Amino acid sequence: MRAFSQHTGLVAPLDRANVDTDAIIPKQFLKSIKRSGFGPNLFDEWRYLDVGEPGQDCSTRPLNPDFVLNQPRYQGASILLARENFGCGSSREHAPWALEDYGFRAIIAPSFADIFYNNCFKNGILPIVLDAAIVDRLFKECETSEGYALTVDLDRQTVTTPGGEAIGFEVDAGRKYRLLNGLDDIGLTLLLSDKIKAYEERRKVEAPWLFA
Amino acid sequence: MSGRTLYDKLWDAHVVHTEPDGTSLLYIDRHLVHEVTSPQAFEGLKLAHRKPWRTGSAVAVPDHNVPTTDRSKGIADPVSRLQVETLDTNCAEFGITEFKMNDIRQGIVHVIGPEEGLTLPGMTVVCGDSHTSTHGAFGALAHGIGTSEVEHVLATQCLWQKKSKAMLIRVEGELGRGVTAKDVALAIIGEIGTAGGTGYAVEFAGSAIRSLSMEGRMTLCNMAIEAGARAGMVAVDDKTIEYFRGRPFAPKGELFERAAAYWKTLVSDEEAKFDAEFVLDATRIKPQVTWGTSPEMVVTVDGKVPDPADAPSEVKKHDWERALKYMGLEAGTAIEHIAIDKVFIGSCTNSRIEDLREAAAVVKGKKKAANVKLAMVVPGSGLVKQQAEQEGLDKIFLDAGFEWREPGCSMCLAMNADRLEPGERCASTSNRNFEGRQGAGGRTHLVSPAMAAAAGIAGHFVDVRNF
Repeated sequence: MRAFSQHTGLVAPLDRANVDTDAIIPKQFLKSIKRSGFGPNLFDEWRYLDVGEPGQDCSTRPLNPDFVLNQPRYQGASILLARENFGCGSSREHAPWALEDYGFRAIIAPSFADIFYNNCFKNGILPIVLDAAIVDRLFKECETSEGYALTVDLDRQTVTTPGGEAIGFEVDAGRKYRLLNGLDDIGLTLLLSDKIKAYEERRKVEAPWLFA
Repeated sequence: MSGRTLYDKLWDAHVVHTEPDGTSLLYIDRHLVHEVTSPQAFEGLKLAHRKPWRTGSAVAVPDHNVPTTDRSKGIADPVSRLQVETLDTNCAEFGITEFKMNDIRQGIVHVIGPEEGLTLPGMTVVCGDSHTSTHGAFGALAHGIGTSEVEHVLATQCLWQKKSKAMLIRVEGELGRGVTAKDVALAIIGEIGTAGGTGYAVEFAGSAIRSLSMEGRMTLCNMAIEAGARAGMVAVDDKTIEYFRGRPFAPKGELFERAAAYWKTLVSDEEAKFDAEFVLDATRIKPQVTWGTSPEMVVTVDGKVPDPADAPSEVKKHDWERALKYMGLEAGTAIEHIAIDKVFIGSCTNSRIEDLREAAAVVKGKKKAANVKLAMVVPGSGLVKQQAEQEGLDKIFLDAGFEWREPGCSMCLAMNADRLEPGERCASTSNRNFEGRQGAGGRTHLVSPAMAAAAGIAGHFVDVRNF
């Protein structure tokens, strides 16, 4: 996994609440058995005017000019500004895969759905929860100022605006450590193998039907 | 020590290790696997030369991509076929039990888990699928995970988890005739919103919940994720325990009695404290119909499509306007005046035998309305289908002009050939009315099986209590 320490990037504002993972990456693209290549189909139904199918060349498809990511000023955006309950619905990790493949490194929203939030950390994307009033202000600043960029610093746990204001955010110590170092969860967990085995031995006595 | 919630008990029994920041390593008893969210996990294991920790805990089934029509020729779509074949290959290579597409035990992963006794009370159950919350109906701690976590569970039998807060939702009183667990679930989501349960593990309790069958409790816990809660659960009672007697993977004989004695302790203590609590009056719940593109956009069948001018906030007002546009609806339209094009009875929410019985009771002796292009019934598993056929339900549906299909996820998410065309309106017993969920441009209204069946006969939504 790619490590995340500090990132400065152009911000794209996606002004709608309850953006679900079906919208982030529609089901027809979930048939892939690979982990990469989902970026061109990110927000497929909103981004293109035709119906997307797996295996298409997306560069020749008709774009929806009204969709925010298609506007020239947001090309190259790497920070997504979103509304409440972002990433709700299906647990598909294809959603963070698609966001990452498109080029997003961080997502800022007043709240995230639990499974999506968790999936982001496994893929080098930092989901940042900020107070709804602050997010609202960032939306206004972003929309009125072309080229609006933010700096995200995971170590210091701050989002810094172009005006130099540093806004703090919370993140679990364990998640922060792993993301800062780009560490593989499995390798770390296997260091606790003896504890897992000891637990199993105890459970085999307490609840043998679980091991039948 | 103060009383413990059911969630506390399930949590405590599975903690292997806790970090200083409070994150715990939880042991996973049952890992259910399907074809969509597992291929990248198996690939990750292979690339790292890792072996599964305990193959016996994992059971796999293809469900999302399988056709619901004649399966003798296999899967026509080559991309879907490759995904199912990849599951077959991975299970064979890693020694994982799989119910293949033509096995009578094949079905939707959340239907076959309990049906086979793979899910048991007191277990931790995970699957790379958000509707894993279904299994909480049996007093299990069950939730959906992403593919990285599927790989993690395969490799370590554990998951890193931060304990959620605990929410109690009590539904008290008797449900009226024609009002089902689906209506309770939608009424709860209408009340607390699709993010109301975010960060919580939800326990459903109260006399109305205790009166529900196990099928009804599964429907309710299945929809916990639509309220934002990763896990929903119901305390164990005699109904729970009796459900498992004789199930193929459930313990037998003396071991069953020993397990049952433990299962009976899986209830919240009387003095247990919850972080949040809601109470609903069951007698006031009516049949529900969603009108928009989020499950919280729901009204009662005797209601009207709401006016965005009445939305509680600016953000919601925009959401409602966008939803009405997508759904092709006008504010103020009576729900019963909305005509439909298709009916879908199925999904991990409502495809069990009780659901099919309720729908069949409504259509018996009647005919599908002329304006309804397709009404399809997709049983949750091969065994549900077999049981329904033994009861003659297939004949009732076929006589009414409904189609009787092979088991799978089908048009709940339209990964196989079953889908809505742009603009088509569907009365669906599934769980999500998101834009494009049942097919690009498709318009989904979530309802109970009886309500979907009645809409198929009338050609528009109709109050099943007067039907």
